[in-house]
Amino acid sequence: MMNRSLAAAALLISFTGSAFAQDPQSFDRVERGRYLAVLGDCAGCHTAPGGAPFAGGLALETPFGKLVAPNITPDRETGIGNLTDDEFVAALHEGRSHNGKRLYPAMPYPAYTKMTEDDVRAMRSYFKTVAPVSNAVIANQLPFPLNIRLALVFWNWLNFAPGRYQPNPQKSSEWNRGAYIVEGPAHCGTCHTPKTLLGGDKTGTPLAGATLQGWFAPNITTDNHKGVGSWSKEDLVQYLKTGANSFTLASGPMSEAITHSTSQMSDADIAAIATYLKDSGAGGGSKPTPVAAGDNAMRAGAAIYKDGCAACHKDNGGGEAQLFPKLAGSALVQSDDPTTLAHVVLSGTRAVSTVGAPTAPAMPAFDWRLTDAQVAAVLTYIRNSWGNAAAAVPASAVADQRTSLAKTP
Amino acid sequence: MARKLPRKDVVVVGLGWTGSILAYELAKQGLDVIAIERGPWRDTATDFPPGYAQDELRYGVRLDLFLRPQQETLTVRNNMKQTALPIRSFSGFLPGNGVGGAGVHWNGQTWRFLPSDFNLRSHLEQRYGADKIPADMTIQDWPVSYDELESYYDRFEKLAGISGKAGNLNGQKQAGGNPFEGWRSSEYPTPPLKQNYGSALFAEAAQKLGYSPFPRPSANISEAYTNPLGIRMGQCTYCGFCERFGCGNYAKASPQVCVLPALMRMPNFSVQTESEVTKINLDSTGKRATGVTYVDTSGEEWEQPADIVLVCAFSLFNVRLMLLSGIGKPYDPVSGKGVVGRNYAYQTTSGVSMILKDKILNSFIATGSGGMMIDEFNGDNFDHKDLGFFGGGYMGSGQTGARPITTLPVPKGTPKWGAQWKKAAAETYSSGYGISTHGSSYSYRDCYLDLDPTYKDHFGRPLMRMTFDFHDNEIKMSQFLTDRLAEIAKALDPVEMTASPRKGPWNSTIYQTTHNTGGTVMGADPETSVVNRYCQSWDVSNVFVPGGASVFPQNHGYNPTGTVGALAYWTADAIKDRYLKNPGPLV
Repeated sequence: MMNRSLAAAALLISFTGSAFAQDPQSFDRVERGRYLAVLGDCAGCHTAPGGAPFAGGLALETPFGKLVAPNITPDRETGIGNLTDDEFVAALHEGRSHNGKRLYPAMPYPAYTKMTEDDVRAMRSYFKTVAPVSNAVIANQLPFPLNIRLALVFWNWLNFAPGRYQPNPQKSSEWNRGAYIVEGPAHCGTCHTPKTLLGGDKTGTPLAGATLQGWFAPNITTDNHKGVGSWSKEDLVQYLKTGANSFTLASGPMSEAITHSTSQMSDADIAAIATYLKDSGAGGGSKPTPVAAGDNAMRAGAAIYKDGCAACHKDNGGGEAQLFPKLAGSALVQSDDPTTLAHVVLSGTRAVSTVGAPTAPAMPAFDWRLTDAQVAAVLTYIRNSWGNAAAAVPASAVADQRTSLAKTP
Repeated sequence: MARKLPRKDVVVVGLGWTGSILAYELAKQGLDVIAIERGPWRDTATDFPPGYAQDELRYGVRLDLFLRPQQETLTVRNNMKQTALPIRSFSGFLPGNGVGGAGVHWNGQTWRFLPSDFNLRSHLEQRYGADKIPADMTIQDWPVSYDELESYYDRFEKLAGISGKAGNLNGQKQAGGNPFEGWRSSEYPTPPLKQNYGSALFAEAAQKLGYSPFPRPSANISEAYTNPLGIRMGQCTYCGFCERFGCGNYAKASPQVCVLPALMRMPNFSVQTESEVTKINLDSTGKRATGVTYVDTSGEEWEQPADIVLVCAFSLFNVRLMLLSGIGKPYDPVSGKGVVGRNYAYQTTSGVSMILKDKILNSFIATGSGGMMIDEFNGDNFDHKDLGFFGGGYMGSGQTGARPITTLPVPKGTPKWGAQWKKAAAETYSSGYGISTHGSSYSYRDCYLDLDPTYKDHFGRPLMRMTFDFHDNEIKMSQFLTDRLAEIAKALDPVEMTASPRKGPWNSTIYQTTHNTGGTVMGADPETSVVNRYCQSWDVSNVFVPGGASVFPQNHGYNPTGTVGALAYWTADAIKDRYLKNPGPLV
C-alpha cells in the first residue's frame, strides 16, 4: 500500500504547475502537499511517539534548552486552525506565526524559506485535511532570557537570510532538484551543518557535520576522509531509501528522518539528493597521521576490540553489510567529534527498520563493563586501525558523554 | 470472571517458530492476528549481546532461557504400573521459555526427514512383511508425502538461511552432499560451514570405511544472508555457544532473527507476552472454538475471542492444552481408543567418547550444527531383515562447543578432584573428543501423555503425565548404531575410547535431547490421529496445530525443526488457500 502511494506521489509531482493543480482543494494539490510534508519530515518533530499525527509534543533538546514541537493539526484552539494561509506561508518563509509571533529556529524556517511559495501553499492545503486533534503543547520551555521571543529579532538579523531557492543554470535539473530538497524542505543542514555559538549555520561549511542531542550528525560532503566521498551515488540512494547500505546503518535522530521522510520519498527525488550530495563540498580531505600502534591506548584498545567488538565488526573492521557497520574507512568513525562513537559504545543503539531493510539490528550497551578510559582506548584503536586515522579520544570526552547520557537517557 | 477483549481473526498460542511463521503468513493476508506468549519478550541484541551471551553458568548450567517448573511441569513414569511424580527441575529435556521458544536455544541442526519416513508403516510392511512389525508398535504413515512437503522444506530453509550441501538436486546425485536425502528443488541457501579438525578426522575415517560423509545442514550460517522477508543474518563466528544459548550475532536462525523484524512491523499483528493461555474456549456445540482464555502476570484473566485458534506452543504443551480444553478424545492405552496423547515418542541417542593421540582439536572452536555426518544407518537406508529392529539414525562428529564447566574430559581412572585431576583436565581438554548417533524413537501403545490424576498446577489444572520407556527395538537399534560408530572411532586410533549405547530404563534426569514428539499426531484417520493432513483438529475445525513436533506420528532419526518449519508453511498455505475461502473441515 505504501508503495502504491509512493508511486502515486511520484506521478503527481509531475503535474506541478498545471492549471487545475492550483485549486487548493484538488486532490492532486493536497497529495502534493502531503508529499512535501514527507520531504520536510514534518512528522519527525510534530508527531510524538504513539501520538496522533502532527499533534505535536515531541521535545527537541537544543543546546539552549527544551523546545517542544507544537500541534500543527487544524484544531482551532490548540493547533493551527486559526492560521490564515498567508500566516502559514510567513511561518515557513519568515519564521513568523499568528499575529507576527516569532518562531524559534528549531522550526527550520531558515531552510523552508528556500521553498517556492506554491509548494508551501500546497503543504497548507494538505495540513487542512489532517484530522484536527486537541492537544495543547507548551512549545517554549527555554530558560530566561531565551524564552523571550523578541531575542529572535536579533538572532534572525545575524543568522537568517530569507529568500527562495535560486536554480543554478550550470547544473542539471536533477542536481537542482536535489539542491532544492536538501537546502529547502528536507533541511539537511539543520542537523548536518556546523553551528555558530548562537546556533546559526556556519554558512561557509555546509553539511560538514554538527553535534546535536548527544549525537554527531556526520559530514555528508564528498570529503574522502571525514565525509561520504567513498560512497557511490547508489550507496547514498540505498542508505536514504532503506537506512542501510554496505557501509553503515542509520540510527539515532537519522532513524526518524529515514522512517518519516527519506524512505518515503520518490526514487527520483532520492536520486536527485544523491546527485547533489555527490557534488557538494570540496572533496579530497586530508588525513592526519594515525596514532602509532605501539601507543598504550592503541594496545589496550586492540585487546578490548578483540573481546568486545570483533564478533560483529570483524577483526579487520569490515563489519557485515546491512547488519554491522563497517568501521574501516568510515567517515563517522574518523570525524573530529567522537560524540556519536562514545554514545553508541556507552548506550548501544538500534538501527532503523524500513520496508527495504527491516532487520533493525542493534548494538548492545557497554557502559556497564567498560570504564571511560577503556571506551576511549577502544575508540582510539578503531579510529587508527585498518587505514583509519583520527585524533586519539580522551577519556574526558567519554566521561562527559556518560554524564550527559545519564541526564537524558 | 475473565474480561473479554475485542475479537481478533486469529489467536496464536505461543510465539516460537510455528507461531511466528503462521502469524506472519496470516497477517500478510490482512488478518488481524494476536499471539499470546507465556514467557518474556526476547530480542537478539539486547537479550543475547555477544558481550555476555557466552555465559555458561547463567545459560548452560542455570538454564536462564528455559521454562521454570513453577510455570509448568509434568509428572513422569516409565510404565503404567508406576505412580508418576512431578519433575521438580527440567534436566532430561529442556523446554524453552519466552518469545522464540525452542527456536532460541537450539543447536541449529536442520534436517529433512527421508521420503520413506513419511510412509513408514507401508514401507516396512512392503519390504519386510506386516508380521515383522511388533504388535505394540503403533507407527503409522504420515498423511502427507515427502513430495508434497518438499517445497515447504525449501521455504523454511530459505527463511532460516540454512547452510549445507545438497546431495540430491531434483534427483541428480551431488558429490559432497548426503547421498540418501530426498530430492531437493534447490541448493541450500548458504554453503556449508567450515569444518573443524575433529570433523575432518571423522570424515577421513568414515570415508576409509566406505561411508559417504557430508556436512550437517545448519542454522548457524556460514555467510551473511538476506532471507525472503528481507531480513539480514550474519556469519557464524564459531564461538561454540549455541545449544542453551541465544545468538547475538544474528547468525543462528531463530524467530527473532528470521521472522519477528518483519512481523513486528505489521500494524495488524500484536503480541501479548508473559501471559499464559489456560484454555481454548468452545461454543455450546463443542464443535467450534470461540477463542482462548489467558492469565497475565498480575493474575488477571482475559478472554480473547478469535475466529481461528492456532496451537503453536512446544509439543508437550500443545498436547496438554488440547486435553485441558476437551478437544479430541483423550487416549486410553488399555482400550487403545482415543487419540489425544497417543503416540508420544522421544529420540534415541548414543555416543562414543575418545581421547586422541597427539592431536590438538581446539574443540572450543565450534558451532551448534557443524560437523560431518553419515546417513548409511538412518531410517531404512540399510537392510533390517536380520537385525531384529527397525529404525536408525545419523551419526557423526558434532563439535558443538567445549564449554569448561560442563566439558572437561579426563582419562579413565583419573581422580575426580585435586592436583591430578587438574593436570589431567588441562592435558586432555583439547584431545578429548566425542562423536554421536542421533536415532529414531518409534511409537508404542504404552508410551503416551494424559492428565495426571493427582498433581495440579498453580491454576488448579491437572499436570500432564508422561508415560515413556525405551523399547527393545530402540535399545537394539542404539546398540547396532553405536557399534558402527565405534568402528569409525577405532579407525582414529584413540588412546582410549568408551562407547555408550542407549540403555533402558529411560531416566528423566539424564539429558539427551528436547525432541519430544507426538500426542496430537496428524493422520488420515480420525481414529488414530488428532489433526488431519492440514494440521486441523478433526473435532473443532477452527483449531489448528500447525506443525509443532506434537503432530509427528513417530519420531525419525533426525532433529525435528526442519520438519516443524515445513509443516508450519504447509498449514499456513492450507489456511490461506483453502480454509479462509471456505471455513470448515478441510478433509
